[in-house]
Amino acid sequence: MIAAFPQAMPVEGLLGGLLIGLSAAIMLLGNGRIAGVSGLAARATGLGTGSAPRGMALAFIIGLPLGAAVIALLLGGVEIRYPASIWPIVVGGLFVGYGTRLGSGCTSGHGVCGMSRLSLRSITATLLFMASGIATVALMRAGGLL
Amino acid sequence: MKRVIAALAAGAIFGAGLALSGMADPQRVRAFLDIFGAWDPTLAFVMGGALAPMAIAWAIQRRMARPILAGVFDLPPTRGIDRPLAVGAVIFGVGWGISGLCPGPAIAGLALAPSHAIVAVAAMGAGMALHRLTSR
Repeated sequence: MIAAFPQAMPVEGLLGGLLIGLSAAIMLLGNGRIAGVSGLAARATGLGTGSAPRGMALAFIIGLPLGAAVIALLLGGVEIRYPASIWPIVVGGLFVGYGTRLGSGCTSGHGVCGMSRLSLRSITATLLFMASGIATVALMRAGGLL
Repeated sequence: MKRVIAALAAGAIFGAGLALSGMADPQRVRAFLDIFGAWDPTLAFVMGGALAPMAIAWAIQRRMARPILAGVFDLPPTRGIDRPLAVGAVIFGVGWGISGLCPGPAIAGLALAPSHAIVAVAAMGAGMALHRLTSR
């Protein structure tokens, strides 16, 4: 497995995943809510309606870069490679923003919180965005865009 | 106030998880979707690591009358697959594939690669605003 995929980070992935699951568990058992980043971000900025108290949504969103900064400090940096051109970021971001609102969630809300409660809506959404993401990257590869 | 502090802590733990797991790196995320290229399975480990504690949390939640810090559980429906859910998920996946970015990593990235992440976050905000404007 590791030899076949030399770039993989299974240990860091599992540990980071456990932290993400712990975070979602705190939101669920503490605040009674789903830790869906797109929904909380939309609520925090007023770009979407939702029932989450605005202060709570804002606090969660502010926490995201704070936690990432702590890991960057502890590890002496975190690898983060953006596309060379600005266009994939802009076009991809527009699709992501629109799609998460229309589809009521993203990788955190549907993928982590919804799938773990065996939500049919979330399992469907996750399978669909995985499939369309894979198809999009395959098309980009075929078209010489990768 | 306790709920806000819990949310801040949860957000920070989430952001730490994204940074530690490599999921703040758009190229690594896109490599998971790139099954015809140099496929990187890391995202599957992240999902597995995240689903395990959450499955336990749901089992605990079912035995709780109310959350620890709030009056009621306020949770989305699990059933009723409709057209907006499906179309939205497909559109999200296209953007995810194009950029390697989803909302959590983009926002966490504000602390790691601010000049790029701000563009991603602004574009996502514009997409959300477009949805809001067109769905009234």
